[in-house]
Amino acid sequence: MRLLHQSRHFLAEAWKFLRRDKKALVGSIILLILLVISAFPSWFTPDDPTAYAYTPGIGLSWAHPLGTTSFGQDVFSQLMAGTRQSVMIAMVVGFFCTILSVVIGISAAYLGGIVDDVLSLFTDVVLVIPTFPLVIVIAAYLKSASFWTVAFVLVITGWSYGARQLRVQALSLRNRDYLLAARARGESSLYVIFVELLPPMTSLIVANFLGAALYAIIAASGLQFVGLANVNTEAWGTMLYWAQNNEAFSAGLPLWALAPGIMIAIFGSALALLNYAFDEVSNPALRPVRSSERKLHKSRRSEVAA
Amino acid sequence: MRYLVRRIGFLLVALWAALTVNFLIPRLMPGNPAEAIIAQFKGHINPSALKAIEVELGIGGHQNLFASYLQYFGNTFRGHFGNSTESITTSVSHLIAQALPWTLGLVGVTTIFGFILGTGLGAIAAWKRGRFFDNVLPTVFVVISAFPYFWVGLISIWFFSLTLNWFPTLGGSNATAGFTGWALVGDILVHSVLPAFTILITSIGGWILTMRNNMITVVAEDYVKMARAKGLRPRRILMQYAGRNALLPNLTGFAMSLGFVISGAILVEYVFNYPGVGFLLLQAVSSNDYPLMQALFLLITVAVLLAIFVSDIATALLDPRTRGN
Repeated sequence: MRLLHQSRHFLAEAWKFLRRDKKALVGSIILLILLVISAFPSWFTPDDPTAYAYTPGIGLSWAHPLGTTSFGQDVFSQLMAGTRQSVMIAMVVGFFCTILSVVIGISAAYLGGIVDDVLSLFTDVVLVIPTFPLVIVIAAYLKSASFWTVAFVLVITGWSYGARQLRVQALSLRNRDYLLAARARGESSLYVIFVELLPPMTSLIVANFLGAALYAIIAASGLQFVGLANVNTEAWGTMLYWAQNNEAFSAGLPLWALAPGIMIAIFGSALALLNYAFDEVSNPALRPVRSSERKLHKSRRSEVAA
Repeated sequence: MRYLVRRIGFLLVALWAALTVNFLIPRLMPGNPAEAIIAQFKGHINPSALKAIEVELGIGGHQNLFASYLQYFGNTFRGHFGNSTESITTSVSHLIAQALPWTLGLVGVTTIFGFILGTGLGAIAAWKRGRFFDNVLPTVFVVISAFPYFWVGLISIWFFSLTLNWFPTLGGSNATAGFTGWALVGDILVHSVLPAFTILITSIGGWILTMRNNMITVVAEDYVKMARAKGLRPRRILMQYAGRNALLPNLTGFAMSLGFVISGAILVEYVFNYPGVGFLLLQAVSSNDYPLMQALFLLITVAVLLAIFVSDIATALLDPRTRGN
């Protein structure tokens, strides 16, 4: 019963947040649509995405809303079918990066001392080594890397930024009265971390998840585009690979190359907009100024000027 | 002084880590890629090159891991990166030296230009807090910065080169035309417009946002209120009081996002066939030129680490607080 009440409370809060923040609302709607498509791709594919069954290289038409490829595949169906892998890689990498960031960032801040020094140094070193060249080199040795290999490589290269941010915030919370009180009550470390320390950090953790997911979709699409991931799977990046290798633009099939990129851009924008919105939650100074406050600000300024 | 020592220490640790990662990658991969590479090259390249790869990858059974680790460090510090397996006659260093100026020119200029422009726009957005400019600009660039660099490159080729015919499609210059002097400079500039535009438009959002957010925090500080109360001109407050202080964290951000920009630039060079380091890296990958690939990874990493170090020093020079303790 209490759980039900809490979850209703949470939903009400989330709804209030979305109504206030248009950026978050737009981001959530796009994300929701893409999640539905990736859960049930067959609802959205009028044609078999893997079939080489149609007239190759036709433009817009009723039968093929985005035309066909040089191989005679339906571009729209491919786009819908590719949603699953592209959304999945972002979610999986975002999830595991967040776990790593939380574990490393919080441990460093909470344990302090030499543990903090070592973990912080480790985080900073991983942070400054440019990730994409590293990802390329690893992928080159692995030869047409599978979904999980790409995910693994992106996780080990993508967690450090979040860990650093979370450590800083946890450090600033560490010596607050309510945390000291919990420790003085003799609560266990796990209780203090999970019940007292983590809840106020939720919005930053969510923002980090979104940032890591954004990094993952861009990097994974880049790897697929240059042919370093398995190009025989259905994903937006692999569509771009085939379009580029068959000179879609010169062949008069710009939609073949434009459409998957637009999907990546839409998905990326949704993640970025939500990320921005959650940043505003964890840093109230950044929240948009209301028109009433602005007037106040203005009148104050004119007072000063007068 | 202590700050400087700590930054040098960090630089050395990061360099060591990068070298070690570079050493370990071919040795830790599942399925022993090193053996597979040798098998692939046997009979296709001359024996001395094969021998060089064997030493490079530490196989052949006559050395333990630690000995080859030491040897690898020795070779790297003397600048011996071996020969490219693709073009046996050219050393890796030579290939890199040819590609490096292109990348330094393209990425260097666009990054500095993007930093200045983005920081300026961000400062203005924060200054006009809540007005139209501030409401629209950050949102637009949040969206644009989520676009993949390479795809923006593809679109600009399609639109500006193939459709409008304004710019050449590919390459760093027109090699067959045989330009010299100013004509060559002009040709190189014309070829760099689209790649530079692509990098600029996708990377500038980051500068705008961080500068805007820094400025918002700084503008709320007492000394800015004080400056207002003194009746100083807004432009003076913006430039001398708020802007200077908000710039400092952005300078650190500059270093951090350099790696990000380089990553994007690799794919931009690939899309435009721009003859820089990123294009060379992907060529090395597609032709299985492992010595070249690893030397390039190392070069890019060292360049980024040095840039970060320089910006650390710049921060120390500009901000007395970092020098204090």
